[in-house]
Amino acid sequence: MSDINELSFEAAYTELESIITKLESGEIPLDESVTLFERGRQLSEWCQSLLDKAELRVNQLSPDGRVEPLE
Amino acid sequence: MPDAYSITQITTHIREIFEVNEHLQDIWVQGEVSNMRRAASGHWYFTLKDAGAQLKAVMWRSSADRQTIRPDDGDAIMVHGYISVYEPQGVYQLYADQVRPLGIGDLYARYEELKALLQAEGLFDPARKRPIPSFPRQIGVVTSPEAAAFQDVQNVLRRRFPLAEVILSPTLVQGADAPPRIVAALERLNQHTQVDVILVCRGGGSIEDLWAFNDERVARAIAASRIPVVTGVGHETDFTIADFVSDLRAPTPSAAAELITPNRDDLRLALRTATDTLYGLLDDTVAHRRADLTALRRTLGHVSPLNQVRNLRQRVDDRSARLLNLQHTRLDRLRERLAARSAALLVADPRAILKRGFAIVSRSEDGLPVTQSAGVAPGTGITVQFYDGELKARVEDKDSHERYKRTLF
Repeated sequence: MSDINELSFEAAYTELESIITKLESGEIPLDESVTLFERGRQLSEWCQSLLDKAELRVNQLSPDGRVEPLE
Repeated sequence: MPDAYSITQITTHIREIFEVNEHLQDIWVQGEVSNMRRAASGHWYFTLKDAGAQLKAVMWRSSADRQTIRPDDGDAIMVHGYISVYEPQGVYQLYADQVRPLGIGDLYARYEELKALLQAEGLFDPARKRPIPSFPRQIGVVTSPEAAAFQDVQNVLRRRFPLAEVILSPTLVQGADAPPRIVAALERLNQHTQVDVILVCRGGGSIEDLWAFNDERVARAIAASRIPVVTGVGHETDFTIADFVSDLRAPTPSAAAELITPNRDDLRLALRTATDTLYGLLDDTVAHRRADLTALRRTLGHVSPLNQVRNLRQRVDDRSARLLNLQHTRLDRLRERLAARSAALLVADPRAILKRGFAIVSRSEDGLPVTQSAGVAPGTGITVQFYDGELKARVEDKDSHERYKRTLF
């Protein structure tokens, strides 16, 4: 499993959803489901923190295709 | 010396001639724009001309600000106003208060024609529409940096999904140059970026203002875009060709920004729900495992050796009982048979026969039974046994059945 702090919001959110689906299937060994639960909890917190600290970045594409900040 | 008017007097007189003519005070004229000059004051100065004449025109800022089009040199327009004289220069001119592009009827015809053409080519086909990603990381925006629409889009994104990055591909969105610029802006995003979705937008305006979005080149560039395109052009009631070709049409630029992003508040709620679900699932899992364990323990009890011993013991007891039962039955039957035999034996008892009056005869010297007359000579000592005792006797004479027979016949 990849380091949570390096996941994009989408990746973290998607993994969280798949963990819930897996746990809901009820076919996971107990120790694994405890691990999954812990990972899911961390993913949820990570997503919350991404939402809290996000600030819209606005850039501009120059005629030659470079992305530069919009003044 | 003849009377002479001053220049001011005659110019005023000429002006009055214009101004008493009602026709000239409320008039539409049409022609091609030339020498358009928009002064810093906000007033427009231009000339209208056709093949045979030209007419100077001015539009004051108060009117110019209200116009939905900004005519440029070469544009064919209709202008409404009144004609009067500008005395300092001695020129008559049109004081304009309203401009309209010429040939709106033509525009509609071209719109319908292009729409039918592209529809026939299948460019509006719902199957062509690509899905819009749920969580766009990068959003390309094709619009004018100065447009209010761009501010609206940023405001919506900042509020709903600030995780996204906006990449503006600036372009004109109005006028004759707009279509090729819009096409280039779209192509730049496709070529140089990996944005997840492109927003093509422009705020509300007249049909002429939005015309660039009914341009065939723009429509084809949207259809050719590698990246999904969402359009938000004009107001809710405006449907441009670009809207038909795009993957998703939004009624306004703000609505387009909303349609392509999840709402941060919804996401927060969803995350809280997800966390609750996680805790619930963990509890459920533990509870299930506990129930499984209990069931397992019960099963284990059933299959334990102790239980088997118990079972076997019971089976042995069971068998014993059956065996005992069987034996009793058999003994009873034997007992019955014994009784029957005893009865039979009783009937055959010689003493019983003796009691009925018979006697047993035996030779006295050796005790051998005498069962027939032959072989017993007269004078032989015999013992006659009765039921209640014996008599010793001696045979006197001997007879046979032959004599009886003779005697009888």
